[in-house]
Amino acid sequence: MDKKKLLKIILTALVTAAFLFLLFYYEQDKRKNGHALSILERSAIYAVVAVAMNMLTGFTGLFSLGQAGFMALGAYTVGILTIPLEARQNIYYISGMNETLASWHMPFIPAMIIGGLVAAVSAALIGALILKLKSDYLAIATLGFSEVIRAIIASPQFDRITNGSYGLKKIPRFDTIFIPVIISAICILLMVLLIRSSYGRAFKAIREDETAAEAMGINLFKHKELSFVISSFFTGIAGGMLAGYMGSIDSGTFRITLTYDILLIVVLGGLGSVTGSILGSFLVTAGREWLRFFDEPLFIGSWQVPLFRTGFRMVVFSLLLMLVVLFYRRGIMGDREFSWDMIFRFFTKRRKKVEISSQGGSHD
Amino acid sequence: MSLVTILQHTLTGVSLGGAYALIAIGYTMVYGILRLINFAHGELFMMAGYFMIFAMASFPWYLSVPIVIIGTIVLGVVIEELAYKPLRSAPRTSIMISAIGVSYLLQNLATYLFTALPRGYPELPYLKKVFQIGDLSSSLVTFLTPVITIVLVFLLMQMINQTKIGMAIRAVAKDFETSQLMGIQINNVIIFTFVIGSFLAAIGSILYFTDRMSVNPFSGSLPGLKCFVAAVLGGIGSIPGAMVGGFILGVGETFMVALGFSTFSDAFTFLLLVAMLLFKPTGLFGEKIAEKV
Repeated sequence: MDKKKLLKIILTALVTAAFLFLLFYYEQDKRKNGHALSILERSAIYAVVAVAMNMLTGFTGLFSLGQAGFMALGAYTVGILTIPLEARQNIYYISGMNETLASWHMPFIPAMIIGGLVAAVSAALIGALILKLKSDYLAIATLGFSEVIRAIIASPQFDRITNGSYGLKKIPRFDTIFIPVIISAICILLMVLLIRSSYGRAFKAIREDETAAEAMGINLFKHKELSFVISSFFTGIAGGMLAGYMGSIDSGTFRITLTYDILLIVVLGGLGSVTGSILGSFLVTAGREWLRFFDEPLFIGSWQVPLFRTGFRMVVFSLLLMLVVLFYRRGIMGDREFSWDMIFRFFTKRRKKVEISSQGGSHD
Repeated sequence: MSLVTILQHTLTGVSLGGAYALIAIGYTMVYGILRLINFAHGELFMMAGYFMIFAMASFPWYLSVPIVIIGTIVLGVVIEELAYKPLRSAPRTSIMISAIGVSYLLQNLATYLFTALPRGYPELPYLKKVFQIGDLSSSLVTFLTPVITIVLVFLLMQMINQTKIGMAIRAVAKDFETSQLMGIQINNVIIFTFVIGSFLAAIGSILYFTDRMSVNPFSGSLPGLKCFVAAVLGGIGSIPGAMVGGFILGVGETFMVALGFSTFSDAFTFLLLVAMLLFKPTGLFGEKIAEKV
């Protein structure tokens, strides 16, 4: 048994090392591997949002669709605090920047944490109002608040803070992919620890049956609020990273479609599975790129295959997702987590099947 | 603001509200029966806009309007059959995710087929003709929308209250399983509900886009959400409620824009929703249902 445990540790270390080596290898020639790096970077950022959403939807049973709004808060905070002082004049050329803010500047990490806190505080206020609502009503109310946040950011009244509808540019980008990947890993680790703690068990109890959970002495509102605030904190952090990844943002970046993207990642990976969400975010982000050939005209000989042109990729992509929702409702992982045991079992089962069929005599 | 300006804005608001009301009824009826926020309804409304553009390109308006209505109804029923029917016994979250998926698919499909650039909406003859009543001036469609809305709601209420299928719809909305046991063909009732919802969405789309003059693949999503809010405001499941909710939202939004808070007009809608859900979750005309809050 101990041997197996050792094997698992070695395998985990090997996979992690291989992943880090791959990143390191890609980093050596950034220009050549820019595309792959950018996919990996976006996947890592989306993984944080997806796990945060899963914690809320899959583990606590609160169906919230406010992710884009909280990401916007984190992203704008990071943008406002990290844009180099000398570049600000040119960006806020319409109505100038608020005087107090204009002199504030800080490195990425503290800015990102402040971004997360801004998202968390707003979530605490919003949550106090709406967490009493159930399932679809909560979904539509959070969706609404996300739009409200976006409207406030884009409004001319906040021109001097958010630069209104012109958006922010020249946000310093990450020097190396290791920064977002490591931050994402830490965030996900923290969330996993929370899910495994007694709080996490309380979340699951609420998901299964609110009345029963309450009868067991779980303070419903406190735990829902806690889950909502922490999830929004990490969503804000991911938003901040998105700002560092994209370099320029505007309120259009944080439309409802962004939330839908994340929701589809979570559903594809499996509601209630952290590893599923991580897997989902890499698959979906990379899948969009793999499907890119749908956007190019395709020729077989001299015959041009119809349908293949710009936009077809997203149609195929959304069709695939509909198929998952309709026929494979539990997603890739269901509510299980990835473990090496699963892989071992998968292979042993296969071997057994092969043995049985090679013996012959089975009727099915 | 002078009295004339106020009246003018009220007229615009009521007209916008009429279009909202027609869409809100689709939400309220589907929610009443399936307990599902049909996220795809806003996209259905957007697709109806595109149908009109293409129908008008080759047919006169009196043929185009029925073509658009039939096209929208077919699309609405197809969505029901393919995306919602297989999930009838699944948990509610799954159906909702499926609805979000359909809305995502329709947006992408529209972007693919018609590109993301806004397309000009064809002008129906007569509808854009400007009328003058006293100091108020508006195009015919602005006067016509609330009238059409009220007439349609009246007819719909007659149907719901007087006919056999109307009775079946009421029964299914009241209790899904019992009505099934009483021999009501649930699936037919649901399809019929989607037919009515899509029919009203098509009419609403024609009235709404004639005023807005252009359609793009995303022009359905925000009005869709707003109309759901209108349905909640009036009390979900109640058809006159949806109409009143639509009018309130339309007028409120128009005045917000007129007062210079145009970016906050959407925020106003959702704050209204939250306030309503917190203080009077059953809406203005809704029946008491305990499971909402």
